[in-house]
Amino acid sequence: MSLRLQARKLACERDDRWLFRDLDLEIRGGEILRVEGPNGSGKTTLLKILSGQLMDYQGTLFWQDMPLRHARQDFLASLLYLGHAPGIKAALTPLENLAWYQALAGVDGAEAQRMSALEAAGLRGFEDLPAGQLSAGQQRRVALARLELTPRPLWVLDEPFTAIDREGVADLEVRLAAHVRNGGGVVLTTHQALEVSVPMRRVRLGEGDGHVVP
Amino acid sequence: MWAFIHKLGSPKGFYAFSVRLSPWFWVAATTLIGGGLVWGLAFAPADYQQGDSFRIIYVHVPAAFLAQSIFVVMALAGLVFMVWRIKLADMAATAMAPLGAGMTFVALLSGAVWGVPTWGTWWQWDARLTSMLLLFFLYIGVIALRSAFDGRDSGSRAASVLTMVGVINIPIIKYSVEWWYTLHQPATFSVTSRPAMPTEMWLPLLIMVLGFYSFFIAVTLTRTRNEILRRESAKRWVRDLVGEGN
Amino acid sequence: MSCPEARSDVVGRGRKRERDTGIGIALYATMRRDLLLLLRRPSTALNPLAFFALVITLFPIGISPDPALLSAIAPGLLWVAALLAALLSLDGLFRNDVEDGTLEQLLLSSRPLPMLALAKVAVHWLSTGLPLALMAPVLGVMLSLPLGSYGVLALSLALGSATLSLIGAIGAALTAGLPRGGVLLSLLVLPLYVPVLIFGAGAVQAAIAGTGVAAHLALLGALLAVALVFAPWAIAASLRISLNG
Repeated sequence: MSLRLQARKLACERDDRWLFRDLDLEIRGGEILRVEGPNGSGKTTLLKILSGQLMDYQGTLFWQDMPLRHARQDFLASLLYLGHAPGIKAALTPLENLAWYQALAGVDGAEAQRMSALEAAGLRGFEDLPAGQLSAGQQRRVALARLELTPRPLWVLDEPFTAIDREGVADLEVRLAAHVRNGGGVVLTTHQALEVSVPMRRVRLGEGDGHVVP
Repeated sequence: MWAFIHKLGSPKGFYAFSVRLSPWFWVAATTLIGGGLVWGLAFAPADYQQGDSFRIIYVHVPAAFLAQSIFVVMALAGLVFMVWRIKLADMAATAMAPLGAGMTFVALLSGAVWGVPTWGTWWQWDARLTSMLLLFFLYIGVIALRSAFDGRDSGSRAASVLTMVGVINIPIIKYSVEWWYTLHQPATFSVTSRPAMPTEMWLPLLIMVLGFYSFFIAVTLTRTRNEILRRESAKRWVRDLVGEGN
Repeated sequence: MSCPEARSDVVGRGRKRERDTGIGIALYATMRRDLLLLLRRPSTALNPLAFFALVITLFPIGISPDPALLSAIAPGLLWVAALLAALLSLDGLFRNDVEDGTLEQLLLSSRPLPMLALAKVAVHWLSTGLPLALMAPVLGVMLSLPLGSYGVLALSLALGSATLSLIGAIGAALTAGLPRGGVLLSLLVLPLYVPVLIFGAGAVQAAIAGTGVAAHLALLGALLAVALVFAPWAIAASLRISLNG
């Protein structure tokens, strides 16, 4: 089963300013779509639209060739989104945080799964500390452990490399490549130079009058 | 018909419509309020119980009517804005809110002034005055919430939701306050629920009510127009319009 | 890192499993998580109780220690103070979740947001409304509340505070993304609290006067039913606005 998220004539206006207009996009399994552009060019907004959070846009989104508004349940169940904030409760341990995410996905998962996901994220030995005591980079790694924990075909990642060290970046690149090779799709923004050996396309925002220069 | 509504729903179409229509409502408002005031204050007979002081109803009652209607209209506009994403509806709601709050204030003030000859005090926890006071707080809340947001779009949506929540609550508040009032102070004399009024008393009141509603429509048309200009100032048709004016 | 082969059928499998399982797990986990957070930070739940006791202490000092006077105004005082205490704890209901990004993830869950919001409100009531209701009789003794009204006081507060949590959560959701929502939240929510206050304090007064309590409690129940029907949708819509404009 291949995945396909399409955007046709996408336009977004925020407080009377066009962030982008007439944007045609397609995200397929087996490739990475990298959204580029200077600060304030609407990268985060576009990612929020593509992850079904923001509904205030013009144009149409299609998920598996169905209009997104009719396929919303199915779409959300196929999506993993990581935003600016890691989405980690500081008072809970990494294990407890991940348990909530598993349950939110409807899975009453086993602790062994969570442990192995944390281990893969390089957090062995930290699983029972309150997340608030971890560094920003480690908290980000807890969030990234969800990629391993909850298998979802479409990843929408907003600056996933923020705060993690060089080793973590390399790990994540490997993980992205593996996901894409297995037919998954990725949309991401980053200021990092991405070194992955899988097909990658780019879309650039914020040039001209909010138009997209492909 | 549908095309007409569609045209009206666009800011530009509404602007043209409003320019043509609002003068008529201004004329109607001035004539009706002027005539109603002269009739009500000078010619209508004095009340057998309250004397001349009852004449304040010619301001109090229309203001109270309007205060409640405006909130309902704002909620409807909020619904239209949220469901059909018609920005014009939100512009109108923005334009109406201060007028609604103002009318509530006028109703409260005239009620207080009226209280001096009737109850011998500036404030009485009368059921109607109390619900009017709560309505005033609801207006303040909507206006405050809208202005608390940095982004105008979020502010508009938040205010719309709050207005709709408020409008569901208004009848509940009204009835609960009436219940509370009858439990605590058995109404011996209520100023606003009166036995049948003679024609020469209620006819000027009717004219005043009509005048206030015309005033509301006129103000809303004019203020919405200003709101359109403010929000659409980057659009070409507004630039053309302003260019013509110079 | 997992090996590529193991994840080859990732697309189909993950989705199917999730559709099969009900919403129960997600609701239960969300309630459990919020209760766990309260256990880790007990002050969130204890502060409103301390506030309640403190405000009740201020009234005799500010008005008069005369038991006759206090017992006459006790129902209203207890209800107003409890209402303010419940209001005080509302500000953090969604704000923390907005700040750490977990609300964003809650919105992206494929479970219905109104139900998830309801789970959070239920925890708020369990941690604020219910303890306040249980504590109120003790403070009633301090205000010389007449005998025979203590049960009604606790019951009316338990019932009424559920409605307060539901209505208040709408305000909390609307102001969750604002830097300083506290005072604004009170401004939005307090007028809407009036009917609950009227029937709640009315129930206690009716119990003291020996007139029918049932009507008051029935009306409180009716308010709760209306709030249960409408509030979750309003909370969900408000959360979406707060997060995404």
